[in-house]
Amino acid sequence: MALQTWTFLIVGFTFLLYIGVAIWAKASSTKEFYVAGGGVSPLANGMATAADWMSAASYLSMAGLISFMGYGGAQYLMGWTGGYVLLALLLAPYLRKFGKFTVPDFIGERYYSRQARLVALLCAIFVSFTYVVGQMKGVGVAFARFLEVPFSTGIFMGIGIVFFYAVLGGMKGITYTQVAQYCVLIFAFTVPAIFISLQMVGHPVPQMGMGGKTADGVYLLDKLNQLSVDLGFSAYTESGMDDRINVFFITAALMFGTAGLPHVIVRFFTVPKVRDARISAGYALLFIAILYTTAPAVAAFARTNLIETVSNQPYSEMPSWFKKWEHAKLLTFEDKNNDGLINYVADQSKNELIIDNDIMVLANPEIANLPNWVIALVVAGGLAAALSTAAGLLLVIATSVSHDLFKKYLKPNISEKGELITARVAIAVAVVAAGLAGLNPPGFVAQVVALAFGLAASSFFPAIILGIFDKRMNKEGAIAGMIVGILFTSIYIWYFKPQLGGPGTPDGYWFGIKPEGIGTLGMLINLVVALIISRLTPPPPSVVQDLVDDIRIPRGSRGVENAH
Amino acid sequence: MKNSRLTHYWRKNLSYLIVLLSVWFFISYGCGILFANTLNAYQIGGFPLGFWFAQQGSIYVFVIIIFVYVWLMNRLDREFEVDEK
Repeated sequence: MALQTWTFLIVGFTFLLYIGVAIWAKASSTKEFYVAGGGVSPLANGMATAADWMSAASYLSMAGLISFMGYGGAQYLMGWTGGYVLLALLLAPYLRKFGKFTVPDFIGERYYSRQARLVALLCAIFVSFTYVVGQMKGVGVAFARFLEVPFSTGIFMGIGIVFFYAVLGGMKGITYTQVAQYCVLIFAFTVPAIFISLQMVGHPVPQMGMGGKTADGVYLLDKLNQLSVDLGFSAYTESGMDDRINVFFITAALMFGTAGLPHVIVRFFTVPKVRDARISAGYALLFIAILYTTAPAVAAFARTNLIETVSNQPYSEMPSWFKKWEHAKLLTFEDKNNDGLINYVADQSKNELIIDNDIMVLANPEIANLPNWVIALVVAGGLAAALSTAAGLLLVIATSVSHDLFKKYLKPNISEKGELITARVAIAVAVVAAGLAGLNPPGFVAQVVALAFGLAASSFFPAIILGIFDKRMNKEGAIAGMIVGILFTSIYIWYFKPQLGGPGTPDGYWFGIKPEGIGTLGMLINLVVALIISRLTPPPPSVVQDLVDDIRIPRGSRGVENAH
Repeated sequence: MKNSRLTHYWRKNLSYLIVLLSVWFFISYGCGILFANTLNAYQIGGFPLGFWFAQQGSIYVFVIIIFVYVWLMNRLDREFEVDEK
C-alpha cells in the first residue's frame, strides 16, 4: 500500500479514537472540567502527564538536537526529567492534600491575599500562553510536514480537533485522550528505534545498543567520536569547560521550571489521594523515561549513519531519501569547491551541507528502509505529541480565567452551570487565540517558549516550596519574591536576546550564563528575597499555619468536591 | 494527633528528602555534569562513564528515587497512622 494511503488510514483512525474518547468522557461539572472529577487512576494520570509533557519538540526535534550537540544534549535529557523528582518529593503530595483546582488557588489561600492570587494568576497565564503559542506552531508544522498541506491549513486542522475535545471534555476529556495519545506516540517512537538498533549494532534494545559494537567490531560511540573529530567537530561524548557552566545552569532552570509549570502541577490534582499523587509522579517519569532514554540512542545512531552516508560521497549517488528531504528544505547542499563530493565538516566556510534537526526522527524510518506503515505511524505519533501538549496548556489558561479570575475575583456568586459555560467559552477563545498567534507568531514567541521554564522556575517554584516547607513564610515575602524573581529573569532574557530587541551581547553575560539558564539565578534571588522580607514582617495568621500543618500529613485528604 | 508526634513524622520525612535529593544532585549535577570528563576515563561496555550518566544513568536514577520515596513514605504514613483509609 502507498505511504499516503497508510498515513491517512492511521492518522484518521487515531483522530476518530480521540474524538470517540472525548465524547465518552464529556465533562458535566466544573469539578470534572477542571480536575477530571479527581478520580483518575494514578497509572492513567501518569500516562496522561507523560503525553501532556512530551511535546512535538520532544518527539520531533530533541533527538536531532542531541545528535548535533553530543554530550551537551544532556541538558535537555536531565533537565526535562529531573524536575519530576522535585515534583514527586516536594510538591505533588502536598498540593493534592491541599485539594483545590489551580496553582493560583494554592498561592491565594496559603498567602491569604487576593494580590498574591492575582500575581500568580498573571504569571500562570503569561507562562502558559507563551508556551502554547509555540505548541500551536508545532501542531501546524507537524500537520504541514506530515500531511503535506500548507502550514496555515495545518494550524486550522489542529485548532479544529483540539477545539472539539478540549471544549467538550475539559480535563476529563483531555486526560483520557492523552492516555490514548501516549500509547500512540511511544509506540511510534520506539518501533523505528528498535529496528535501527538492530541494523546498526544487532541489539534490540536501543538503550543498550548505543553502547554496542558495530559490524566492524568497534564500539559505536568510539567510532562516532573518531568520525566527529576527523571532520573537525568536538568528540561526541566530551564536554567542554565553558559548556559545563551552562549545562549546569540550563539543566537546573529546566528542572525547577518543570516543577513550577502550572499545566504539569495541575495534573496531580486529578488523582483521588495523596498516596496516588506520589506514585503517579513516579509512573509519569517512568513513561517519559522510555522516550528520553531512547532519544539519545536514536541521536547517536542517526548521527553515525548520516556521517557515513554523506561524508565525502558523490552527490549524484545519494539515496532517494536524501533527495526527498532536500526537496522539503530539511537538507541543503551547496557544492562550494565543485568537486561533486559532499564535504560535511565543522568549518563553516568549507561546510557544504546544512541539516535541519527534525530530520533525524523524520527520516529515520526511511534511512533504515522500514515499511510504509511504520513511517505512517511516526506521523500519527508526532501529531499525538503536538495535540496532547497544546490541549493541556489550553486547559490551564481556561481554568485561570473562569475559576481564578471570574469565580474568585469578578463574580464570586456565579452558578456552577455559569462557571462551566465560562470555562468552555474561555477554552474556545484560548484555542482560537493561540492558533492565530501561532499562525503569525510575533518573532519573539519561538524564543520565549524555551524561556517559559526560566520564568516558571523564578516565580512559582520558590513560592510553592516555601509555602509548604517554611511555616513562617508570609504574603509579603512570597509576593516580593515572585515579583523580583520573574522581573529579574525576564529583564535579563530581554536584555541578552537580540531576537527580542535587547541591546546586550554575550560578553556581558553574568558569570557567563546564557539567557536560557538565568532562571536558576532568578529562582535563587526569589528565595533569598522571600526569606529576608518575611523575617522582617509579621508572621502569617494562625489559620494559615494550621493549613500548613494540615497539608503536611496525608490523612484526612478532602475530596476536591468538599473543598470547593 | 499530638503535636510532638506530628513534628517527629515531619522530621523523618525531611531526613528522607535530604538523603534522596542529595543522591539526585550528586548523580545528575555531579556525575553527569561537573565530573563528567573525569569519569569519561572509565568505560562501562561501550559507554564512557560520564557520558552514560549524563544521557542515560541519571534518568534511571531519577525514576528509582521516586519509587523509593513512595515506598518509604507509605511505610512512614502507616507507622505514624497518618495514612489515608
